Amino acid sequence: MSKKNHKTLLHCTVNGREHDDVVDDNTLLVDYLRESLGLTGTKIGCDGGECGCCTVLVDGQPRHACLTLAATCTDKDIVTIEALEVQGRLSALQRGFHEKLGAQCGFCTPGMIMAAEGLLRENPDPSEEDIRQGLAANICRCTGYVKIIESVQYAAAELKRTGKEVAA
Amino acid sequence: MEFMPNFQLHRPETIEEALEARMDNDEALYVAGGTDMLVNVRRGIEQPKNLVDLSAIHGMKSITLNSEGLHIGAGVTLKELHGHEAVVKNYTAISHSAKAVAGSTHQMYGTVGGNLCLDTRCLFYNQSEWWRQSNDYCLKERGDTCHVAPGGKRCFAAFSGDMAPSMLVYEAEVDIAGEGSIKRVPLKNLYNNDGLDHLTLKPGELVTAVHLPQELAGDQSAYEKARIRGSIDFPLAGVAVRLRKSVDGTIEDLAIALTAVNPYPQIVSGLEGLIGTKLSEESAMQVRDTVRKQAKPMRTTTVAPWYRRRVIGAIAKRLLEELAG
Repeated sequence: MSKKNHKTLLHCTVNGREHDDVVDDNTLLVDYLRESLGLTGTKIGCDGGECGCCTVLVDGQPRHACLTLAATCTDKDIVTIEALEVQGRLSALQRGFHEKLGAQCGFCTPGMIMAAEGLLRENPDPSEEDIRQGLAANICRCTGYVKIIESVQYAAAELKRTGKEVAA
Repeated sequence: MEFMPNFQLHRPETIEEALEARMDNDEALYVAGGTDMLVNVRRGIEQPKNLVDLSAIHGMKSITLNSEGLHIGAGVTLKELHGHEAVVKNYTAISHSAKAVAGSTHQMYGTVGGNLCLDTRCLFYNQSEWWRQSNDYCLKERGDTCHVAPGGKRCFAAFSGDMAPSMLVYEAEVDIAGEGSIKRVPLKNLYNNDGLDHLTLKPGELVTAVHLPQELAGDQSAYEKARIRGSIDFPLAGVAVRLRKSVDGTIEDLAIALTAVNPYPQIVSGLEGLIGTKLSEESAMQVRDTVRKQAKPMRTTTVAPWYRRRVIGAIAKRLLEELAG
């Protein structure tokens, strides 16, 4: 193994803000977000793509930040849990998780919400089966998932009622 | 937590550049979606000095339909594949397979080529560095003993891709790019019955596309797998079945392929006797027993081989009966 760290100049957008950073070739997106940008809302759970806690949106699609090399995100648009609030107020999904008790210990919640965000952007009116499919890659050890599904249904209904799109 | 080893990342934009990057650099590996590969790199199972990332190659990301059949780029994601109209309608098992790979998030960036070239898996191999070290490693990686079959000199790690069996029943062919040329070979020739070296690719060769023949388009088919976690997991046993039958139910063509029970995805042989007959309870039982005989699950998962052998026969029989109506 060579001692020199190979580096790449990464240009990407994170939560609407453009970044130009030099990253090591072996830096994972989750470490870039947490360590370099201080966005610690994205969690590290299993570190191997099994739990979904590190899910973020890359070009609008959910993706495991622990299985993504930061250097491959050049020119990508990355969205993390920190960007969901709308002018200091919780987004419909965040409110759903609060109102319907979708979060207990809260560790899986950022990943769950980002996976759900990706789902609702693609399918604003998901069936229960669609929600189960969309969140299949996310593990929760507290809730038993029923409350999480209700939270997403709440958000979908809320968005329909207010005629707003999911996250601005 | 394990740290990423140090490596240099290459991001070619064309197939030619990818081949060059792979050949010009020592100990280089291709990585597509990375859903399995990056986990292996992190665990120290793979220790590349160079990683050639294929995600920036746009030439491998399209699905096109022509008179010869369906052409699927190796960089097409599993999500694009399982939602594609022509795949759902004409090559149903392939859509089932793509939807069964890992969880929905993995399917958004995991690719067709990556799943076809997936490394073989074993309980004694896909573990952390300290786990493997405490166990004296294994035949597949650094060690000299196979813990699945001690005394043997063969590696029994199981091929666990979901795409291969469904593509095999449709007699798929793959394009392989190598030095200066692209050759087309039957998908079944991509694999060896050897857990250590299960791909027939020469160093540097790259699978760039899959072709599905037009003649078999529209044949009924299905894929199903047994797994520990229903929402996200590698198969313990997987079966793809393709059946063509006449209006009165006579079987005109039948193909069955298996995954996760051998070091390579296997086409079941000895089904010719069913052509020209109608499926009966008795002949369905025969198919079940044939599948069970040819599957050779070993102790490569936490689930016992005898169970996987039983379940693979049962799935094959059920799918066949469902397709036969």
